[in-house]
Amino acid sequence: MIQLDQVVKRYRTRAGRHTVLDGVSLTVSKGDKIGILGRNGAGKSTLIRLINGAELPTRGTIVRGMSVSWPLAFGGAFQGSLTGMDNVRFICRVYNSNFKDALPFVEDFSELGKFLKEPVKTYSSGMRARLAFAISMAIEFDCFLIDEVISVGDTRFYEKCRQELFDKRRDRSMIIVSHEAHNIREHCSRACVLANGRLREFADVDAAYTHYQAA
Amino acid sequence: MSTAPQATSVASGLRIQTRVTGALIMREIVTRYGRHNIGFMWVFAEPMMFTLGVVIVWSLLRTHTTRLPVIPFVVTGYSSLLLWRNTIGRCGNAVEPNRSLLHHRNVRVLDLFVARLLLEVAGASISFLTLATLITIAGFMPPPYDIFPMLIAWILLAWFAMSMGLIVGALSVLSDAVDRVWHVIGYLFLPISGMFFMVDWLPQRIQNLALFVPTVNCIELLRGAYFGPSIHVHYDLRYLVTVNLVLLLVGLVAVKGVAGTVEGE
Repeated sequence: MIQLDQVVKRYRTRAGRHTVLDGVSLTVSKGDKIGILGRNGAGKSTLIRLINGAELPTRGTIVRGMSVSWPLAFGGAFQGSLTGMDNVRFICRVYNSNFKDALPFVEDFSELGKFLKEPVKTYSSGMRARLAFAISMAIEFDCFLIDEVISVGDTRFYEKCRQELFDKRRDRSMIIVSHEAHNIREHCSRACVLANGRLREFADVDAAYTHYQAA
Repeated sequence: MSTAPQATSVASGLRIQTRVTGALIMREIVTRYGRHNIGFMWVFAEPMMFTLGVVIVWSLLRTHTTRLPVIPFVVTGYSSLLLWRNTIGRCGNAVEPNRSLLHHRNVRVLDLFVARLLLEVAGASISFLTLATLITIAGFMPPPYDIFPMLIAWILLAWFAMSMGLIVGALSVLSDAVDRVWHVIGYLFLPISGMFFMVDWLPQRIQNLALFVPTVNCIELLRGAYFGPSIHVHYDLRYLVTVNLVLLLVGLVAVKGVAGTVEGE
């Protein structure tokens, strides 16, 4: 279970303190699929980084009772001058996974072939997304944080991701943030809208979407 | 401000820390030296070549006539110089190229510095040890008088360098200018760093001033232990440890301070 209690996040800006999240509470149980809708700049990525633990809240508590992935965002979490393969190696070390076990899956899933031995900074955005997705599937997590990632890539890759993540890992929890409703409608059982620093949960995705559109 | 611990005991925390630091060190080695030719051995081959080059030039040119045998004087001096200069220098741009790795919860800003500090200290240490051993075996310098105080001196110097590295590293997160300015300061600091002189050679009134410089104290201790009672050295261990403690504390606070402002890419 993951529990956020009255989480506040403020950043210092030149114009003074800027409150991104202003008292956000959320409980994620095992197997929950939660969609969070929000406009650009609403604080979706900040919320994801806080849940992941890469950043700490200004106030409030976050209890993480299960293993949580890094934010599966398009391309992030890689070191550009390392090769794809060295990034896999690095991430396996950090998460205590076996590189030799992970590699065949990454090779197969990412379809990067010889480019796996090239620096990630030479990759196209599609290639980065494929690598990002492949690595995150090679390491087992209880909860996946997904930051718009499924909106990149072509249809065939999207279909592969869908199978790997939403079919094979149906039992895991997922938190998907997006500014679009269709991904959330397709994959989530619970839906929230993030606006003005507050998170509001709705009975179903459609109600959330209606509110999101009206806001 | 708190994120409840996920049942992390000290032991498992240490395990994670070791794993992450190890992964970051490997990541540094691979991008800096690659897997071609001698690969990671450049970590110490590079400072070794540097010191060896200077030793050869100084011995051949005899421009710097010192009152001590030139080879051990330069080996102790230059190895010390590389220890503090490389260690501090590598922290200047430690965060930016690794920013995207901060998406991984267990990778913290401090870890990025620690990995580089450990790598540089290891490189400089292995380089000094190997070079001194080889030159001694070859008969160009006598074996050290007392190794233990040399080890203490080396550790104190590494401690100083790592603390300064944290400070310079943290400040350079705030502004790129810090890294550049540090290179200038480091260069201007050379003549007073203690590498080119023994405190005993200085006029009395300058001696007291020289002992305010932490590296001077380290090198005096190092050379005193190497050359033995035939030379007269000056150092103040209590002062050195106090300075190191204060610098380390300032460094850790500074890193903690800037860590909150750094986000993953």
